[in-house]
Amino acid sequence: MGGGKWNCQINRSQICWMNGPIIWIREGVRCDVKVKAQKHITLSTRLLDGLIVIIALGLTLFFASKVPQVAHNGPIRYVTEWVPSLNVQLSFMLDGLGLLFALIICGAGTFVTLYSGAYLAGHEQIGRFRLYLTLFMLSMVGLVLADNLVALFVFWELTTITSYLLIGFDHKTENGRRSARQALLVTGGGGLAMMAGFVMLGQASGSWELSEIRLTGDLIRNHELYLPILITVLCGAFAKSAQFPLHFWLPNAMAAPTPVSAYLHSATMVKGGIYLMARLYPILGGTMAWMVPLIVVGGFTAVWSSLLALRQNDMKLMLAYTTVMALGTLTMLLGTDNTVAITGMAVFLLVHSLYKCTLFLVVGAIDHECGTRKLDELGGLAKKMPITAAAAILAALSMAGLPPFFGFVGKELIYEGALNQKFLTMTVVGGALAANILMVAVAAIIIYKPFFSPEIKTPHHPHEAPWQMWLGPAVMGGLGLLFGLGIVWVGDLLIQPAVQAIVGKPTKLHLGLFHGFNLPLLLSVVTVVMGLLVFNFRNICSALVRGIEAVLPFSGDQAYDGVMKMIYKFSHWQTDVLQHGSLSRYLATIFATIAISVGYTMISKGGVVSVKIWPQLYFYEWTIIGLILGGIVVTLLAYSRLMAICAMGVIGTCVGLIYLMFGAPDVALTQLTVEILVVVLVTVALLKLPGHATVGEAAGFENMVRGVIAVSIGAVITFLLLGVNSTPMDMRITDYYATYSYALAHGRNIVNVVLVDFRGFDTMGEITVLSVAGLTAYQMIKLRMGREK
Amino acid sequence: MNSVILRTATRILVSLMLLFSIFVMIRGHNEPGGGFVGGLIASTGLALFTLAYGPATVRKAIRIDPRFISMVGLGTAVVAGMIGTIWGHAFMKGMWTEIFGIALGTPVLFDLGVYLVVIGAVMTLILAMEEEG
Repeated sequence: MGGGKWNCQINRSQICWMNGPIIWIREGVRCDVKVKAQKHITLSTRLLDGLIVIIALGLTLFFASKVPQVAHNGPIRYVTEWVPSLNVQLSFMLDGLGLLFALIICGAGTFVTLYSGAYLAGHEQIGRFRLYLTLFMLSMVGLVLADNLVALFVFWELTTITSYLLIGFDHKTENGRRSARQALLVTGGGGLAMMAGFVMLGQASGSWELSEIRLTGDLIRNHELYLPILITVLCGAFAKSAQFPLHFWLPNAMAAPTPVSAYLHSATMVKGGIYLMARLYPILGGTMAWMVPLIVVGGFTAVWSSLLALRQNDMKLMLAYTTVMALGTLTMLLGTDNTVAITGMAVFLLVHSLYKCTLFLVVGAIDHECGTRKLDELGGLAKKMPITAAAAILAALSMAGLPPFFGFVGKELIYEGALNQKFLTMTVVGGALAANILMVAVAAIIIYKPFFSPEIKTPHHPHEAPWQMWLGPAVMGGLGLLFGLGIVWVGDLLIQPAVQAIVGKPTKLHLGLFHGFNLPLLLSVVTVVMGLLVFNFRNICSALVRGIEAVLPFSGDQAYDGVMKMIYKFSHWQTDVLQHGSLSRYLATIFATIAISVGYTMISKGGVVSVKIWPQLYFYEWTIIGLILGGIVVTLLAYSRLMAICAMGVIGTCVGLIYLMFGAPDVALTQLTVEILVVVLVTVALLKLPGHATVGEAAGFENMVRGVIAVSIGAVITFLLLGVNSTPMDMRITDYYATYSYALAHGRNIVNVVLVDFRGFDTMGEITVLSVAGLTAYQMIKLRMGREK
Repeated sequence: MNSVILRTATRILVSLMLLFSIFVMIRGHNEPGGGFVGGLIASTGLALFTLAYGPATVRKAIRIDPRFISMVGLGTAVVAGMIGTIWGHAFMKGMWTEIFGIALGTPVLFDLGVYLVVIGAVMTLILAMEEEG
């Protein structure tokens, strides 16, 4: 009684107190005792949020501390053994390119993790979100630092998988699931093609280390595998970096929470393909086959997607299309053959990451505070969200490429590089010009519409976002200005080492804000003027884009759906053919395959042995043979299933006796017990089958086919065994077992010692299969029982 | 099955078969036998028990869910394989020691795992099929 009373006195707060540590460990799992647990969850949430931010910040500072060393002394390499037998090492190299990317990844990661803590505060699955985001960040860092092709591929796929998990974070909606699957299939499919390319690259160069392969660039470019390598690797890069016609997955990926879009689908992951192309530039680049696809595809992607961006109403989608535009521009620049354009690419990479991440986070903050992110539902937010507005303006000015912002430097370099291009010059210049004009227009829309247009009532009453949500945009937007002003230092410390790594030879850059009155400056002026014109007539322009879209026969998204439908259809068809569900047809297929393949091999290789001497057998051996034959006859003629099973049991038992006679008591014992159990099991199963169906129920023709298969498998196996017996046996293994069974394994029963010791690993596999088979059969039986109820 | 003869005989036979199965398993290292056959013999005995008394009685008698038995067996086998790794040997390396003059080693433990897996898997199947309406 006393115990019972005591139990009753444990109240809710005590339960909470006792569960505290558990809640702390598995927070994110909803707690049923809500009253007090709320406090624990928020506390632990804050701690965990802080932890991730500290990880990201620590990595940023670590990489930042390496900047001078890399800039002055060259790359840092770290190698450890991974699979020595395959000559695969786990090697990392921190050079200018990797460092630039690593800084973008960890720097943006710091602000995004900080931001998402506030953005998703109170979300029941925030723990899962943190895990995915951290995993992504680390895989992305691994991707840009890996020096080994295999390691690079593994990290590449890890980013694909974490991206899939993050896009599908809102997995309760059909749209979220579809978008996640689409991104996984498109980028994963590209990844597979890329893997094939990596294998060929490894074979062609004889090394898996990128730092060694890049020394053999000339060899690779003249290798007969060059074209296949190029095509497969570009497939992977284009899929990852959303190049036309595989661009459609990226706008759909906006189903992810906004911090994810800001981080993965603008600043980091989608640049994985750009990274790969930049990394392989000294190995594969510079040829016609490299330049034409990159310039044409990149240029087209840039122009087309910036047109599409113009007509979007959802701010997130608008930013997504401008991301595709940026990726297209970067691809196009990587297709060029001059250092200035490559420098422009490196600068634009950093520029874009800074402003795009900022703008996405701003949109997320607007969405969070106002309850909408549709352009026509927003207005006059500049007064209500001043810091967010300031960050957005800084970022948009950098995006538009106005001096003295960092974006201006990037745009000038792009124009200069494009004009320096000797081949397809007009395509590059025109593409860059058109895309940049549209960028100015989009930047103007993003500044004007939500912040300065007349005030509109939004679903929520807008006010400034919490500090976690404006700090990142403010800092990154501010960096866009600071980097522009301090371009000399940024150029020396970050851009120059990166360009050196891409081009593969020492280069000296002189970056500055002002390059004199020249053609690039003129183009910049044209860009801004034209951009403002487009902004002014944006309604006409977007109507025009809609008109073009309406004329197109189908979009990439619809093509994806079509392909998926065909795959599903094919899969249904082949499943219907292969997995028909009839046990006897499965067995017939297996036996026919064995009979045909083994029989054909024996006959074609002359392995059929004929027996001329009639064997001398004792009378009891004849008796057993007679029993087996009798069992067969009864099985075939049996009227009921039960009788057939019993007759089969007789055959099995006789086989067990044969084992016994030839000195294999272990096998005989097993055969006998198995036979008994099989009869019991099958009988139990048969009793459940409906009606009094007989064995001979099948049609005459089908029985004929079965008879032929049965006789041929029997004959093939018989002749196979005769053939094996007629060749001299290699007794070395048997002798080894006989010699060492007792000496090494302390057992005189060789069969058992082989099972549990010499070849214990096989047994391990067998018992695993056995227990899994038992569990599966149990589930299937129980499932049927549940359905019948 | 409601047969007095079967039920009476089963009572004696099951206990004998279970004892015999353990004997066969232990003996297996030097004479014909082993964990697999031992497990089969034990399963046969329990199958007989099931036929005579019905699955509910058997479940009550063995107390532990057969699925759990097979998992424990698998775990035992894995542990037996892992023991050698403590001393830096490869997975599944047989380790031997002698206690009171009897050689005991990880393969014996492994065999016990096999024995349990076989009983668990077969009994999972038989009991589920018998329980099905």
